[in-house]
Amino acid sequence: MTERVLITGGRGLLGNAVIDDVRARGWHITALQRSASGRADGAESSAGVESPAVRDHLGDVTDPRTVDEAMDGCTAVIHLAARVGIDGTWRDFESVNVEGTRVVLSAAQRHGIRAFVQVSSPSVAHAGHPLVGAAAEPADPTSARGHYSRSKAMAELLVLGQDEVPAVAIRPHLVWGPGDTQLIGRIVSRARAGRLFMIDGGTALIDTTYIDNAAAAIGAALERMHAFDGLGRELCGRSLVVSNGEPRPVRDILISIVRAAGLDLTPRSVPYGPAYAAGGVAEAVLARRGVEPPVTRFLVEQLATAHWFDQRSTRRLLDWRPEVGLDEGMERLARWYARGESAHSGVAT
Amino acid sequence: MSRIVYIDDPDTGSTLGVHVLDTGPSHAEITVLCVHGNPTWSYLWRNVINQAPANVRVVAIDQVGMGFSARTGRMRRLGRRIDDLQAIVGALDIDGRIALLAHDWGGPVALGWASAYAEPDGRLAGIVLTNTAVHQPDDSAAPRLISLARAGVLRDNVCVRTTTFLRGTTAISSVDRSTARAFRAPYATAELRRPIGDFVADIPLEDDHPSMTTLRRVAAGLQELAHIPTLLVWGLRDPVFSVRYLDDLRRRMPHAHVQQFADAGHLVLEDRPDAIADIWDWIGEVARGESASVGDRPDLGPEPPGAPVRPGIRMDDLALSTGPAITTSSSGGWRSVSWALLDHRVRELASGFRRRGVAPGDRVAVLVPPSADLLAVVYGLWHLGATVVVIDAAHRPPAMIRALRGARLDHVVAIRRAMPIVVAVGMRSRVMWADRLVDLLGDGADVPAAEPDPDTDAVIVFTSGATGAAKPVAYSWARLAATADVLRAAYGFTAADVLVAAFAPWSVMGPLVGLPSVIPQMDASRPGTLTADALGSAVEHAAGTIMWASPAAVRSVLASAPAGTVQREELRSRTQTLRLLLIAGAPVSQALVGEVLECWPDVDVRTPYGMTEVLPATDVRAAEIIAGEASGGVLVGRPLPGVDVAVAVLDETGVPSEELCSDAGVLGEVALRARHGKSRYDARAFTERQASRNQGWHRTGDIGRLDAEGRLRIEGRLAHVIATADGPVGPVSIEQIVEAELAGENFQAAAVGIGPTGVQVLVVVLAPATAKGRISKRDKVRLASAELTDRVRRVMPMAAAVLWRDAMPVDIRHGAKVNRAQLASEADRLLAGRR
Repeated sequence: MTERVLITGGRGLLGNAVIDDVRARGWHITALQRSASGRADGAESSAGVESPAVRDHLGDVTDPRTVDEAMDGCTAVIHLAARVGIDGTWRDFESVNVEGTRVVLSAAQRHGIRAFVQVSSPSVAHAGHPLVGAAAEPADPTSARGHYSRSKAMAELLVLGQDEVPAVAIRPHLVWGPGDTQLIGRIVSRARAGRLFMIDGGTALIDTTYIDNAAAAIGAALERMHAFDGLGRELCGRSLVVSNGEPRPVRDILISIVRAAGLDLTPRSVPYGPAYAAGGVAEAVLARRGVEPPVTRFLVEQLATAHWFDQRSTRRLLDWRPEVGLDEGMERLARWYARGESAHSGVAT
Repeated sequence: MSRIVYIDDPDTGSTLGVHVLDTGPSHAEITVLCVHGNPTWSYLWRNVINQAPANVRVVAIDQVGMGFSARTGRMRRLGRRIDDLQAIVGALDIDGRIALLAHDWGGPVALGWASAYAEPDGRLAGIVLTNTAVHQPDDSAAPRLISLARAGVLRDNVCVRTTTFLRGTTAISSVDRSTARAFRAPYATAELRRPIGDFVADIPLEDDHPSMTTLRRVAAGLQELAHIPTLLVWGLRDPVFSVRYLDDLRRRMPHAHVQQFADAGHLVLEDRPDAIADIWDWIGEVARGESASVGDRPDLGPEPPGAPVRPGIRMDDLALSTGPAITTSSSGGWRSVSWALLDHRVRELASGFRRRGVAPGDRVAVLVPPSADLLAVVYGLWHLGATVVVIDAAHRPPAMIRALRGARLDHVVAIRRAMPIVVAVGMRSRVMWADRLVDLLGDGADVPAAEPDPDTDAVIVFTSGATGAAKPVAYSWARLAATADVLRAAYGFTAADVLVAAFAPWSVMGPLVGLPSVIPQMDASRPGTLTADALGSAVEHAAGTIMWASPAAVRSVLASAPAGTVQREELRSRTQTLRLLLIAGAPVSQALVGEVLECWPDVDVRTPYGMTEVLPATDVRAAEIIAGEASGGVLVGRPLPGVDVAVAVLDETGVPSEELCSDAGVLGEVALRARHGKSRYDARAFTERQASRNQGWHRTGDIGRLDAEGRLRIEGRLAHVIATADGPVGPVSIEQIVEAELAGENFQAAAVGIGPTGVQVLVVVLAPATAKGRISKRDKVRLASAELTDRVRRVMPMAAAVLWRDAMPVDIRHGAKVNRAQLASEADRLLAGRR
């Protein structure tokens, strides 16, 4: 019988890609999010089709009853739903990222879930120093920077700190691809507005993850964990950073992205000190008014320090390798921009 | 385990508590007994203890009055300390054999105990000594620091009332603050420090000192230990136990294996903790009775049969010839010395040297530039059977001084220009000035040619230091003769050949291979000073046929006579007699080979590959280089007759395997087996052990691969391997691909890895090929332009970053070896961003 997996947060770029990947592996899927994933079979909801391969279940991960119902019939969970970004109060992040995870995890324990894949972030273990070929360190809420990282760190500890449900944390680093409104969308719209900056010449080496590779790594984690073979048992309780394994200087990445969007410019360089100070001011002034600041101290720090990772154990344990190289990904991005699809995908600025 | 054992004190009749660190099985086949010096304690041996094999017992004692052992309130002299050690060993109930490990003034205590007690009992397995002494070398003043510290009042102030001596001991080594505190821990008060002052006072510097008789007995007792495997591990930067004390021990214990560390000081195992693993390996092999293969005199397999063992022998055949043996430029003209005159000179010099005290087997440094005089001096010394120590003038003076200080010299023959070096090496009183050779001549008639043991040292030369610290390389008489044989056989020397010595070592080869030589006018220390005119003149005058030159010298010659000019035509016509051109010493680019062939289309041009340790090892004809691919590493060709080539395959983290293989296509550390290879590294027992770990083979530290036709391609140095997540890659083939792509721009590329071993990423650094090293020290890497970056990534997609530097950092000696380590560290800083 085909197994069914609950995927929370199936609507975003990564959510959609994970649904596609997991479905291609022969799984049935229940996608839990507040609005339609856009990947469900049949009509707008689960009512229309008898046991559809992909079924939407609309609702909030912080609501225990909704989660219980959605998990019905599932043997595995991919927990993707999270509040992301840099604006919002701690309470906002805590309620979705920490409480939401607690709700999903306790439902998983009741439902006898056999594999729990927590989608996390490398920033849960990052305290601002350069990561140079770094291994995945344990999540650390006390040193993680910003509400998002801190709440995700707490969530990861919840998931890995229990042993009723076999669980693994997958931390994709800087996911991007065609249709991405978070990273790519912001960079391109800033470039168009002439407001694209880099810190200290953009020399910091940063690794990124092409969307299909991130989805495939999560899919691989699901299968290894669910099979609970040798690798699956080894995976249990681990945190793995996932990336393309192709670090490049920030400058080169920014140039590639704006080029893919059909622009030709080199971002202006800003010295670290003033940029960091500006981030502090922007946070103090704008965040209090509920406006997303264009620059934060966290962002400045991220753009000025190396972030790249030792991918050896990730690749071995997941039996996975990134299929789409950075340059191939950039070509796909360029084709997507050339088709003009960004115009009606509602890129946020 | 820290514990107290009790011994009786014959001075007072009371019982003394002696603190020991006692680890490992209580019944072990071998126990290592560690004896510290002054002012340290058993803490000195903590890393030795931590790394001990499970089946070995290690006992590190605190000498009576020192560390956490009891204070007696009385002066404890050397003789008493030796007896103490016997009492402590008795109290410890050690069965099995004992190996000694001692430091500083622990050395005389340990050695005194060894010859008085352990050796007669047949319990002594081996001795390891670190920066110590048993004797004041006759011709040297007392160690200044010690004689200072010994003067009564001052001693009290330095050693007892204050912690000056304690702190000074750790301050001169790379010891961090918490470790230094631990060294001082048992000496918190003046009362606790009293024995430190007494220990210093007990150092016998004058004949009537109460401990002098004992120290003399200890020194004399070393004779009884001649059959005990001994290892001397020495940090050369020791203001107290300088290299003179090591040399004294080496003379007294000629069988000892020696490991010098040029960059370590008095607390040698603090400065070089990596030596501890080597010491344990050595002890292990001694315990298993394998000591013969361990040290710096390994068995290197059979010597070549029937080889002439005294290199001068070729000269004997020519001794009556009036033909020129060597021709040199002299104030605008040329001056030749005939074989007959050279032979006469050599005999006269030999008798002069002997009169000045040079004996067979003595080590004599020769600081004379390439010339007829150099030839006479070297062969004069060889005539006597002395060991010639030569160092290329291309070394910077500090490197020269360091190298010569460690060479255990008995004499120096030098020109006066080398005075500062002679003085710095401490050989001012043992120098023979060679500016006017006649001053050194004896009567010549009375010295028959020596017939040294073919396995003893004929010459000690130093590696260039371009790829690390300069290492002393010893060649036996047999191996030196084998080098001549290989050259003769490989290049078909005939009586009509004349060597053109544009490469310093070549300038003494003539008599060795039985050929006359000519030395063109140039600064021997800077190959780039050879001009087309100087070369043309030399070849023309002496009808030179065979030239050995570095790529820098050849480049310089061609640059001073560009293609299409009158100068180039003149160069060609004056060098018509050349038949063989060997370009070696540094990687040779295909472009240079092309230009050489264009200039000398009829000359057999080859680029031999080798190193100070095996020279030459392989070679390849220029035409083959041009025809071959300009990628996959530098083609250095096939092994010369009598040479075997193999590789030690690199694992995924870039570490070479123990075993060697000759499979084609695999990247590995290059190993060579040749009769004309070095005998050993001198006074580098651990280095020798590493390099010779495959019996009869030399590990070169180069990486490369063999192709299907048995040709070797070099990929760079082992230290420059880029250990990526997808396995190790060598820098050279990457650089070749990038340089080919950017051929129009005349850029030089360097490939380096950054990040942790096993997950390194590739960084390509570009610089103008013409601006080598001509730049301020502040010059650093930065991101290359987006356009250059794109072009490099097109051919090298795995490049994480492409960087630019206004000039490549290169070695001064060859002007060609890129300092990749420096580039990697600059790139690492830049690409890490903000720390």
